[in-house]
Amino acid sequence: MVELSVVRLEYSNVTMRFAQSGRGTLTAVRDVSFAVHDGEVVSLIGPSGCGKSTLLNIGSGLTAPSAGIALVDGERVEGANAHVAFMLQKDLLLPWRTVAENVMLGVEIQRLPLAERKKRAEKLLASFNLAEFSAHYPHQLSGGMRQRIALARTLAVDPHVLLLDEPFSAVDAQTRMVLQRDLAQTLSKARKTALLITHDLLEAVTLSDRVLVMSARPGTIIDEIAIDLPHRDDPFARRHDPKVNDYAARLMDRLEISRVAIESQAAEGAA
Amino acid sequence: MSGHTRVSQVRRGAPASLALLAAFFAAWQWGPSLFGIPSFIVPPLTMVAREFVHAWQFDHLLFHTGVTVAEVLVGFALGSLFGAFVGYLLGMSPTAEFVLSPYLLALQIAPKVAFAPLFILWMGFTVYPKILVAVLIVFFPVMVNVLTAIRGVDPDLINLARSFKATRAQIFWLIEFPTSMPPMFAGLRIGSTLAVVGVVVGELVGGNTGLGYLLTFGEGQANTPMVFVSIVMLTLVGGVAYLGVILVERRVLHYLPARSANRGL
Repeated sequence: MVELSVVRLEYSNVTMRFAQSGRGTLTAVRDVSFAVHDGEVVSLIGPSGCGKSTLLNIGSGLTAPSAGIALVDGERVEGANAHVAFMLQKDLLLPWRTVAENVMLGVEIQRLPLAERKKRAEKLLASFNLAEFSAHYPHQLSGGMRQRIALARTLAVDPHVLLLDEPFSAVDAQTRMVLQRDLAQTLSKARKTALLITHDLLEAVTLSDRVLVMSARPGTIIDEIAIDLPHRDDPFARRHDPKVNDYAARLMDRLEISRVAIESQAAEGAA
Repeated sequence: MSGHTRVSQVRRGAPASLALLAAFFAAWQWGPSLFGIPSFIVPPLTMVAREFVHAWQFDHLLFHTGVTVAEVLVGFALGSLFGAFVGYLLGMSPTAEFVLSPYLLALQIAPKVAFAPLFILWMGFTVYPKILVAVLIVFFPVMVNVLTAIRGVDPDLINLARSFKATRAQIFWLIEFPTSMPPMFAGLRIGSTLAVVGVVVGELVGGNTGLGYLLTFGEGQANTPMVFVSIVMLTLVGGVAYLGVILVERRVLHYLPARSANRGL
């Protein structure tokens, strides 16, 4: 399916500890190693607080790991990297910039010529059917449109690797499905590599080539499940495949969601 | 939708507001004599209007107003520039804030107008002490609002810019500075009215120009209508300054939703 050729993103024995006031250190992530190959989409799932977002920050160079290294295109990540772009649950659009100006933020920071910036913004907005809104301000748009603009801004810098931290968890279920399809098509067309953090098991199964399962804190990778299904570029088609449910059920079991839920209820009752 | 309610609000509210103004003028004109208040205590409206014409012709009302306006403008401009500058500086350097905050707090608590006599001792009966009081009084609301705004910038926005390899200067000009605009304008609005207070106190304390001087001059002659004229003119100066800030703010912050609706001035 995907040629496992070049490694785009790699984590090698990454450990992250945070100092806690008066209580020693907290290990968020312990000894995590995995690689994402060129054009591959890998999802990372795990319970809340297992350090998924920490891994993303390390990959984008915003935080340095306590031990181990992250590599992008074989080069060690030290500080922000022009080949990596991230997108969060929050759209982080700047209210004083028009839609087009928001899309151009990254390329403006990277000092591309104005003509090139405009060309990229126009092309991306057209591909997301947002061309007519390019002169609008963010507050005039719906949550789904705003999130699509955030995706366009992420793609405008033409990154090799996209780091996506629950990008669609703040929008309603139907909008989310449309956004998932847009993302899947874009990633496949542009052959981008992506690491997707999500809580949504179906999202992980329908959008990815592989799913990595993390344990509760300190987070480590406890399982890796290859999604051996067609239509990675079309989550609607995948959703019709009955095997999707088998994968989702397997992920659910692996995460021990029912047991964790009972435990947390018990803990609440005791408190 | 909201524009519609706004229009109907104006349609219903404007006549009532004008009626209230007429009632106020009527009460001013006939109220004092009705209650047996002598005109040297509360001069009726027409007497104040006559005094306005007289002061315009013989007491250089326009000149004194011009002096006050100039002092307000210069004091407001310098005070807000200085306040914004220090606000950004402290906002970006926690160390500087830690070192300076007790002294800034002390200066903020001290009543700024109390410095007026001191400044006049230093600089004489010129326009400078008045401007300096205005600068001092405008400085704080602008500085505090800018500082709070810089502190409140969403760290994820900074991280977004950093992930695009933004320099420190780019983070400031593309993220922090625009984010600080709405709170800064809130500070400028407060500052625009405070600037008038600072200048007037300076003029009251010493000198022979400005509306504050006219105020004490009228007081010394027991010319109550002149005191009223000065107060009205000072209110106008403050109002125009405030309106000027609002107009600039509307232009600069045009991107904010529903700015004109439900907000009034």
